[in-house]
Amino acid sequence: MEIGLNHYLIVSGILFSLGMFGILSRKHAVMVLMGLELILNAANINFVAFARYGGMNIDGHIAAIFVIILAAAEAAVALAILLNIYQHFKHVNLDEVNNLKE
Amino acid sequence: MDLTTLAFFFFAALTLGFGAVVVLSRNIMHAAFSLLFTFFGVAGLYVLLHADFLAITQIMIYIGGILVLIIFGVMLTTRITGVDVKSGRTGKLQLGLTAALSVALAAVLVKIFLSTLWHIAPAADVDATAELIGNALLTKYLIAFEAASILLLVAIVGAAFIARKK
Repeated sequence: MEIGLNHYLIVSGILFSLGMFGILSRKHAVMVLMGLELILNAANINFVAFARYGGMNIDGHIAAIFVIILAAAEAAVALAILLNIYQHFKHVNLDEVNNLKE
Repeated sequence: MDLTTLAFFFFAALTLGFGAVVVLSRNIMHAAFSLLFTFFGVAGLYVLLHADFLAITQIMIYIGGILVLIIFGVMLTTRITGVDVKSGRTGKLQLGLTAALSVALAAVLVKIFLSTLWHIAPAADVDATAELIGNALLTKYLIAFEAASILLLVAIVGAAFIARKK
């Protein structure tokens, strides 16, 4: 059995759905961040798989690298915001964070 | 069944199995550590796709950087010793709707992937991608590369500014 493009695409599709479920079903802000990382990873698998089966096109790798860069920047800023929310509300439940200013 | 096939199924199972643990686990620390294995599985898939540079980048940045940040986030915003390590589910109805939506999304995506006739080019043999990526970044993608470096600088400064003590 030969592993082809479709196998990778299916893995990425399922991983994307898992991340979507994580984002929609949790209240804890860090859990939402983890779901986001799963989704970004699923997108990256797609980029690299299409790069491989499109005749080793390096553009797909570049796109994946930029996704990783953006994920790193997003994680750093999100953590800083989370710390502020925690200092103010004493929790990070997204349902109950409902004002921007005291 | 050759070794590549076995390796693919191993890494795919690692990615999806621990990915499921991430979103289903009730303990947020377990979720954070399961994310580690998910990232490793994705790095393995990159290796199978001949993306050696990306596999190393995945391990260094995702596991060495982002995962550590997330675990910091868990530990700083959750009372580990108290009762509040639960990961905070939403209500029953919303959970059911979300699960149904996610399964439907997965089904639609898989259906689309399988029914599309993808154009597949003959596989070119590439030994290492680092040189190709370096050349592309400094020629064709130079502006995006510089913009990314500015973005990272802004993110560092912004994160430090937001998180500082008032």
